[in-house]
Amino acid sequence: MYRGHPGMLAWVLHRITGLAVLLFLFAHIVETSMILVSPEAYNKAIELYRQPWFKPLEFLLVAAVLFHAGNGLMVMIIDFIPTPSRTYRRMFWIGAGVYAVLLVPVAYFMLGGLVGLR
Amino acid sequence: MRAVRPGYRERPSGGVPLFLWFYMRVSAIGMIGLVIGHLYIMHILNSTDTIDFAFVAERFRGPLWRTYDLVILIFALSHGLVGLRGIFDDYIHHRGWRVAAEVAMWVVGVVFLAFGALVLFTFQPPAAGR
Repeated sequence: MYRGHPGMLAWVLHRITGLAVLLFLFAHIVETSMILVSPEAYNKAIELYRQPWFKPLEFLLVAAVLFHAGNGLMVMIIDFIPTPSRTYRRMFWIGAGVYAVLLVPVAYFMLGGLVGLR
Repeated sequence: MRAVRPGYRERPSGGVPLFLWFYMRVSAIGMIGLVIGHLYIMHILNSTDTIDFAFVAERFRGPLWRTYDLVILIFALSHGLVGLRGIFDDYIHHRGWRVAAEVAMWVVGVVFLAFGALVLFTFQPPAAGR
């Protein structure tokens, strides 16, 4: 279990999710550009996303974007409203709770088919 | 009471760093709704099981979604590159290598931006009913 200040954890996750989403963006630009080549080339390119083993990664991508967005909003709030460490801890855990609850329907819609829920 | 922000740098005092600090926030606010909308449409309402060429061609028939995607492309790529620049700043200590990495990053970034924009501007959907 991570024992440091939650702000450090949030900072590390912000970096990792940002970098991961940027790497995906490069791949996404190339993969979408296949529509200029031919319908077959595009359909071939996105076949990867249809593999059952890719679905958890697709979910992680959405989860990464949502974390980055949520934490980014929190960073902006703290930019403009000076926040004591104690208050930040509370904000962090409230944010973590909201995030966890939000991921449940996302997981249901994105992964439900994989385990026969939908 | 002192504001504690572990890990995060304080707001830069001026110049390019302050501009980039400000740009990260402007681009974040600019794209947050668009990106969440994109995820909702592509991964919740639809899915990668049903999205194919026909779906994309239909979507790019008019200017609305092309513009939507162009705005996300510009914001996301630039926001990501400025973020990557911050990572270079932190981990590449040799000034020469850091500048080289940053220049290479911007060159690659401009190529990808131009390429992505080219796709959005020039794609011709096949005639309906084909």
